[in-house]
Amino acid sequence: MSGHSTYQPSTGIEKWIDSRLPLPRMIHDSFVSYPVPRNLNYAYTFGAMLSVMLIVQIVTGIVLAMHYAASTGLAFDSVEKIMRDVNHGWLLRYLHSNGASFFFIAVYAHIARGLYYGSYKAPREILWILGVVIYLLMMATGFMGYVLPWGQMSFWGATVITGFFSAFPVVGDWIQQFLLGGFAVDQPTLNRFFSLHYLLPFMIVGVVILHVWALHVTGQTNPTGVEVKTKTDTVAFTPYATLKDALGVAVFLLFYAWFVFYMPNFLGHPDNYIPADALKTPAHIVPEWYYLPFYAMLRAITFNVGPIDSKLGGVLVMFGSIIILFFLPWLDTSKVRSAVYRPWYKLFFWLFVADCILLGWLGSGQPTDLTTTLAQLGTLYYFGFFLVIMPLLGLFETPRRIPNSITEAVLEKKNKSDMEKLKPGHASA
Amino acid sequence: MKKLVSSLLSLAFVAGLGGAAAIAQENHAAAPAAEHAESETPHYPLKHPKEVAWSFAGPFGHYDKAQLQRGLKVYTEVCSACHSMRLVPFRMLEELGYSEAQVKTFAANYKVQDGPNDAGEMFERVAVPSDYFPSPYPNAQAAAAANNGAAPPDMSLLAKARGVTRGFPQFVFDMFTQYQEGGPDYIYSLLTGYENPPAGFQVPPGGHYNPHFASAATLAMPQPINNDQVTYDDGSPQTLDQYSKDVSAFLMWAAEPHLEERKRTGFMVMVFLLIFVGLIYLTKKSVYASKEH
Repeated sequence: MSGHSTYQPSTGIEKWIDSRLPLPRMIHDSFVSYPVPRNLNYAYTFGAMLSVMLIVQIVTGIVLAMHYAASTGLAFDSVEKIMRDVNHGWLLRYLHSNGASFFFIAVYAHIARGLYYGSYKAPREILWILGVVIYLLMMATGFMGYVLPWGQMSFWGATVITGFFSAFPVVGDWIQQFLLGGFAVDQPTLNRFFSLHYLLPFMIVGVVILHVWALHVTGQTNPTGVEVKTKTDTVAFTPYATLKDALGVAVFLLFYAWFVFYMPNFLGHPDNYIPADALKTPAHIVPEWYYLPFYAMLRAITFNVGPIDSKLGGVLVMFGSIIILFFLPWLDTSKVRSAVYRPWYKLFFWLFVADCILLGWLGSGQPTDLTTTLAQLGTLYYFGFFLVIMPLLGLFETPRRIPNSITEAVLEKKNKSDMEKLKPGHASA
Repeated sequence: MKKLVSSLLSLAFVAGLGGAAAIAQENHAAAPAAEHAESETPHYPLKHPKEVAWSFAGPFGHYDKAQLQRGLKVYTEVCSACHSMRLVPFRMLEELGYSEAQVKTFAANYKVQDGPNDAGEMFERVAVPSDYFPSPYPNAQAAAAANNGAAPPDMSLLAKARGVTRGFPQFVFDMFTQYQEGGPDYIYSLLTGYENPPAGFQVPPGGHYNPHFASAATLAMPQPINNDQVTYDDGSPQTLDQYSKDVSAFLMWAAEPHLEERKRTGFMVMVFLLIFVGLIYLTKKSVYASKEH
């Protein structure tokens, strides 16, 4: 895709810059003339939303850090100072705290898009793996950010999550103490989490640059999964994709603003408005909503397997559920990329989405016998989807006819809708 | 079209699965409560909070200043005997409709510790508007010691720090109705929820029965306020119900003083974004008009 550059420096200054540092040429080739498949739908606009959210989080975060104090005695009150006394501090903080949630909403939709249209398949394995790395960095960043306000949920969430590492034999306690900077969550923990919470977003920026680079080498996938073959298969990034992205982003911002301005605490937990107290455990410790499916899988392992006790088993399952994503390009054996032409995969995909929602909901409640059984079934399906269904389906499934090219698919669709319009009864429509 | 129908069907299928699971869960939750009512721990709070029609709810919500002033009176005459409100400075009371002079007079009712002075000693002085509400106890331990071992919580953020889980599917509806008043609803319900324990219920020593309390059937705080305890000078009814509403609204303000500004800004942002979305949509449509995609 990285074909011949069409950039034409027209003015003297442009020519001068172009022969020294061709940055304008790179921008032009990557975001203006860059060819994208002409049939991209709105599922392909989440990448743009993610870029916007990353910038929103970094800008609000940097300003918040100017007013925040990473000290166990001051952190909670400094956040309240931001909420009450800093000019528009309430806006900055609510943008940032809800921004994390909307970042994850967008990333889950983005990942689901990739799963549905087979975006992880050759030659886009590295592109996919970089995406999983970004997701992991986001999870770490989100977790550490939630600790900073130093409320009850911050403190106890940090205690529980760092406690996972102690499940590992031999090195577990050492890892936990290394993360905490001591034997329990305290000042050193808060300080290092603040430092890392400031660092990781810039690492995300770095990996995003690699992600976009890899994307521009292989080119985007599209709903048909058929690679771009001729020039008629594509349109220029600007104005076509830019406008679609802009519309997606604007609608997304509408939802975001709804939460920020009208229900900013809906996605949070009331307990985090109580200052951290090491002597008082909240009745019910829950992580942020975006970790809930993994939390459910962690708690689903209530039994020992050979030398692995239930605690270690749960932690392995939880980490495994994300690690498995790295191997996805090689677990899917199907030659067909897009779920559009894979009737069975489509069904299993939607079941997988339902499974993740179910696990998320199970993770939010107190475990009972029934919910534990459901969570075990959900965990089984989660891993079964990747380890059994994906490899086998490629061998047994009969795909539907695949169009020869994107252009053909687009024209077929147009003819079909024209025909439908001609049918009697559709005339008025 | 067919694609749309099939994707809608799969979505409905997904939703159905979730719904079925939710019902299964509900049934399960209800069953043991009835069967093993004696052996199993009941689910707290025993009664869900009552929902009050607050003036500050919804997209155009605003505080009722007269109500906040009454709430302040209830707080200062009743609650503040045991509950601190350490994050709220007197100067903020101007937002309740008081003049600068009135706030100054109000603050002067309090004494705060200051210092050290030139002699190196701490001293007490009359409070000024930039001071914060002084706490009734010097520290949490003293507060606990004076109150049966349970320190009364600070009230600055109470209205945001309380809230009963709404559960599925209520929490989904809440996203559309903008329900954010779980805190004040809870405080109101707790204040008006004291009642005699059911026959056979053993109230532990120092406990007070209240089915609205979030984490048990009894709490350490006795019913804090009764009819006619605080005198209102604006003719509002001097009832427990009115006191509870007023003080809950006041605590919401104390926890979220910028609520009105937030909702006002929100309205402008929403209008802007709606127009923006419309314009982008039209632009996109005209650009794509000549292109089959």
